Amino acid sequence: MAYLVAASLTEALAALDRGHGAIIAGGTDWFPAQGSRPLQGDLVDITRVEGMRGFMPDGSGWRIGGATTWTDVIRAGLPPAFDGLKAAAYEVGSVQIQNAGTIAGNLCNASPAADGVPPLLALGAVVELASTAGTRRMPLADFLQGPRKTARRPAEVLTAIHIPAQPDKAQGSFLKLGARHYLVISIAMVAAVVTVEEDRIVKAAIAVGSCSATAQRLPALEADLTGRAVRDVLLAGAALITPAHLSPLAPIADVRGSAEYRMEAAATLCARAVAHAIGKQGKSNG
Amino acid sequence: MDRRTAPEMTAFQLNGVVVEVEATPGERLSHVLREKLGAKDVKIGCNAGDCGACTVLVDGVPLCACLMPVQRAAGAKIETLAGLVKADPHAGALVNSFQAHQAAQCGICTPGMMVSAVALLREIATPDAVQVQDALGGVLCRCTGYRKIIDAVVGAGAVPSAETAGDVGTSLRRLDGLPKVTGMEAFGDDVAPAGALVLRVIRSPHAHAGFTLGDLDGYLAAHQGLHAILTAADVPGLNAFGVIPGFIDQPVFAVDHVRFRGEAVAAVIGEAAVMAQLDLEAFPVSWAIRDAVMEVNAALSGAAPQLHDGRAGNIMCGGHVACGDADAALGRADVIVEGHFTTAFVEHGYIEPEAGFAEMQGDRVVVHACTQAPVMDQDALMPILGLPRERIRIVPTAVGGGFGSKIDISLQPFLALAAMKTGRAVRMTYERVETMQSTTKRHPAQITMRIGADRDGRLCGMTFDGDFNTGAYASWGPTVANRVPVHASGPYRVSDYRARSRAIHTHCVPAGAFRGFGVPQSAIAQESLFDDLAAQLGMDPLDFRLLNALDNGVPTVCGQVFAKGVGIKPCLEALRPAWEAAKADCAAFNTVNSTLKRGVGLAAGWYGCGNTSMPNPSTIRAGLRADGTVVLHQGAMDIGQGSNTVIPQIFARALGVSVHQIALVGADTDLTPDAGKTSASRQTFVTGNAARLAGEALRREMLSQVNASPDAVVTLQDGTVAVTDGAQHFVLDLARLSPNLKGYVIEVNESYDPPTKPLDANGQGEPYAQYGYAAHLVVVEVDTALGRVRPLRFTAAHDVGQAINPLLVEGQVHGGIAQGMGMALMEEYIPHRTENLHDYLIPTIGDVPPIDTLIIEVPDAHGPYGAKGLGEHVLIPTAPAILNAIRHATGVRITQLPATPARVRAALKEAGHA
Repeated sequence: MAYLVAASLTEALAALDRGHGAIIAGGTDWFPAQGSRPLQGDLVDITRVEGMRGFMPDGSGWRIGGATTWTDVIRAGLPPAFDGLKAAAYEVGSVQIQNAGTIAGNLCNASPAADGVPPLLALGAVVELASTAGTRRMPLADFLQGPRKTARRPAEVLTAIHIPAQPDKAQGSFLKLGARHYLVISIAMVAAVVTVEEDRIVKAAIAVGSCSATAQRLPALEADLTGRAVRDVLLAGAALITPAHLSPLAPIADVRGSAEYRMEAAATLCARAVAHAIGKQGKSNG
Repeated sequence: MDRRTAPEMTAFQLNGVVVEVEATPGERLSHVLREKLGAKDVKIGCNAGDCGACTVLVDGVPLCACLMPVQRAAGAKIETLAGLVKADPHAGALVNSFQAHQAAQCGICTPGMMVSAVALLREIATPDAVQVQDALGGVLCRCTGYRKIIDAVVGAGAVPSAETAGDVGTSLRRLDGLPKVTGMEAFGDDVAPAGALVLRVIRSPHAHAGFTLGDLDGYLAAHQGLHAILTAADVPGLNAFGVIPGFIDQPVFAVDHVRFRGEAVAAVIGEAAVMAQLDLEAFPVSWAIRDAVMEVNAALSGAAPQLHDGRAGNIMCGGHVACGDADAALGRADVIVEGHFTTAFVEHGYIEPEAGFAEMQGDRVVVHACTQAPVMDQDALMPILGLPRERIRIVPTAVGGGFGSKIDISLQPFLALAAMKTGRAVRMTYERVETMQSTTKRHPAQITMRIGADRDGRLCGMTFDGDFNTGAYASWGPTVANRVPVHASGPYRVSDYRARSRAIHTHCVPAGAFRGFGVPQSAIAQESLFDDLAAQLGMDPLDFRLLNALDNGVPTVCGQVFAKGVGIKPCLEALRPAWEAAKADCAAFNTVNSTLKRGVGLAAGWYGCGNTSMPNPSTIRAGLRADGTVVLHQGAMDIGQGSNTVIPQIFARALGVSVHQIALVGADTDLTPDAGKTSASRQTFVTGNAARLAGEALRREMLSQVNASPDAVVTLQDGTVAVTDGAQHFVLDLARLSPNLKGYVIEVNESYDPPTKPLDANGQGEPYAQYGYAAHLVVVEVDTALGRVRPLRFTAAHDVGQAINPLLVEGQVHGGIAQGMGMALMEEYIPHRTENLHDYLIPTIGDVPPIDTLIIEVPDAHGPYGAKGLGEHVLIPTAPAILNAIRHATGVRITQLPATPARVRAALKEAGHA
């Protein structure tokens, strides 16, 4: 049993390769899951790995270090397409959780209610996984396989998230529905990234969380929105959303709400998230 | 190269001092700070990041210390409240403003709040309310309702007002407030001596199961550092506890089967380091799962497993009150409404889990733990331990919230048995899941109620039937069953009334005492139906209530008539300006908004202070020492509500001196006489009266020394007692008086027991000597598309007879409203499913809107200086006021609590909302 503070990725991967280590980053999910049970094996702390924290330009897109905290996200200077991600960052737990919790941890924990997932899906995120065998990339949608289940292999580290280039005018938004303010697991949430040109939607990306085993993009809705006049979209509101648009969703009933309610709330939130993004066009200064 | 930090040391700066500490890999920073570095000002409420009590600054950044491996702190600068108070000017300002605003009640969340506030003030010197909410949103508080905390942080820079002399009726700061805001207060987990053994309990993971313990000796032998295992076989006396004679039914350790998930079957005691590494899942016990009944209807069915012998049909007990002829009255009523209401288990949600330690002192066992009722703890331990009272001492620690659940014993018998068995000091702190699984809850209720009125709006017949899920053991279930029928009429004139209640056993966690003892549940039904009645009659809901409100000289449903002190009408009248304004505001808002709808609701409540028709005495001791010091032995447990301040204020008034001149001795069964339990809103009334009598008696004794007249002025100064009687001036010659064994030259002991009369078979009699009265108004906004309900502001009128301390009155009002809001909108404890503070939601600092408190003072005939109890009254009208506001906003009546977004939306759809 040992606690290893890795200074480099090489160190972290070598430690994980020995086979009995668990990765710890912010600890905000790790400790609650561990409870008071004694630790078995090593802990590999990756929060001090060089280059794993912060936003960096990556070609025409962005690279977000896996150990970037939610507070880092809030404070980063980013284009309006990232407003949904920032809004989600504000909704992660509390200030204390945002100061510790990392973006990669949120993805690897693979909660269906992970606040970070819908905005990242809407941004078309690709995750980067590293092991001693090399580095691989895959779309976030493929990485997330189910509740608490991802494509990460035991000795792999989620080192970064890549966000492809977004249209100049792309505007992000995010709405979370919970039974209280702060420190709340969502009943449903929606992220949107919408690009408007000459009063028409030219591109829309919408993702819904807490309404299926993993958060889902809604391609049919995105396609339907594309080309529509902003005025019509705003006027129609939730009436615009059809069951077919929501077909990727398969909500469950739990203590937070019924399946039927979640489906309906998802539709309402989709319409509102799109409206928010439209309303903020040109008004956001990143 | 890997940097293996174990078993090496981790070094960091703690409050400006470099420290080095050995820790196990991944050990929580919170644990290291508290247990290895003595920073007990860092409080642990959940160990999961849900409550924020353990917030510390790491290089200036607020973090939950429970979620941080200590190894990551290497080289960092850690600041905790105690350090900040000494070094940071913002913390210094907050120490002042938190006390001035009554922002700390029990004090357990205060370090987390203040540390978070320091981080905010360093960035923003003069934050607004929203900035404070954002910065403090990660810290839960169950006492204050948060608004005073917001005020304290927003107003941190203000010059503090001068402290008052503290006479009755003035807003004196808490006398015990300073330690709460400096991190010095010692709660249950803060007092064990170094080297104490640690106890952990093996609990049932099943609601109903038989069990067999395996090879315990082998287990003990296989684990070095374990000292003992306790089971039912180790209980020398009676293996049972409870709070009501005839209902002592809960085993300390189950014998061969368990009746709820979380029931204790054994305890393991060992060295702290060994216990921290022990995997309890490997404890040798095997389970045979049996069918469980979790709900009242299932428990009442013929085929249901029976929980207790002699309680046929799983019916534990019932209550009944009747007057007039309810059926005949309903038969002639012009309008009748009927409703069926259901409520959920509600968790007390104090941020301090049960904690304490026990040790032997000679042949006595001494238990230090958080409690609401030290003498009842003694009462409970005597038969279990087989010891007489004088061999058991209870030393209560500060209590980090109780709200009813800490009246019952929890870990006290485990600790006492362990200390007796090992001869060592033994400590324990419940984990969050453990406190949620095993300690009492508010009873879920199923209520059917019918209420009639004549066409003029006068009530004409009322019937109430309520079944309460009392869980696996009795606890305070009989009290709930008795209290509800007495209160279910609300504070109204009801001549024809019949109310019946039953407490039903299920395989759920025991339901017990929780702020209001069942009355909040019954008020939901009655006050909701009152709005329905008013609507059918075409009457204004406020006018309807005023028309039917109780008054002096008007009998209650128990036939009790009060000559004075019935204050419900003034409470209702006080709401009228806010009521009229809110109706107009809501109407204006709703004409221009289609999805968001606003509504205003009101509800009233009453609550009898003290035990129901039972003896309920409190005793207060006071003495004068030869050095001129007046000492007050104050045994009424302060669980945050303020008895450590209110009782001395009353005593000081009676004695005729300033409260600041009184030396206080706090609760300890060796030092303070029995002031009863802190429950039933009885301390200000009952113990307050004992304190008044003690102050008067001490004054009489002092005056008689110099034959002064009753109006003489007593002055305590420089170790002397001076008496001025008109033109005459005396100084007591204390040296001439011989001190007694306690060191007092004059000692007084005074008791007070409220005058009540027994209830007959129809519940007729005088159950309480005093009631307090309340009426709330709330404006809510309903997002009709999502079903989300947001309270926007409260106006709360409370008749407290005489506010002993208006600042503390406001504190109780705010806190009760926050709990009532939680009950109305989000709180639902589901055994097996919401056993933590992220699945079980209580309101946060972002949820509680501004509250306007209107203090009404209609003096009581019996209360000290006319004062009435308050604690429980507050949350009684809150939930129905919210439900009535939802109805006003949307036309929809919610009958199942909590009114979660999903439930509200479903009701809206059923009513035809888009």
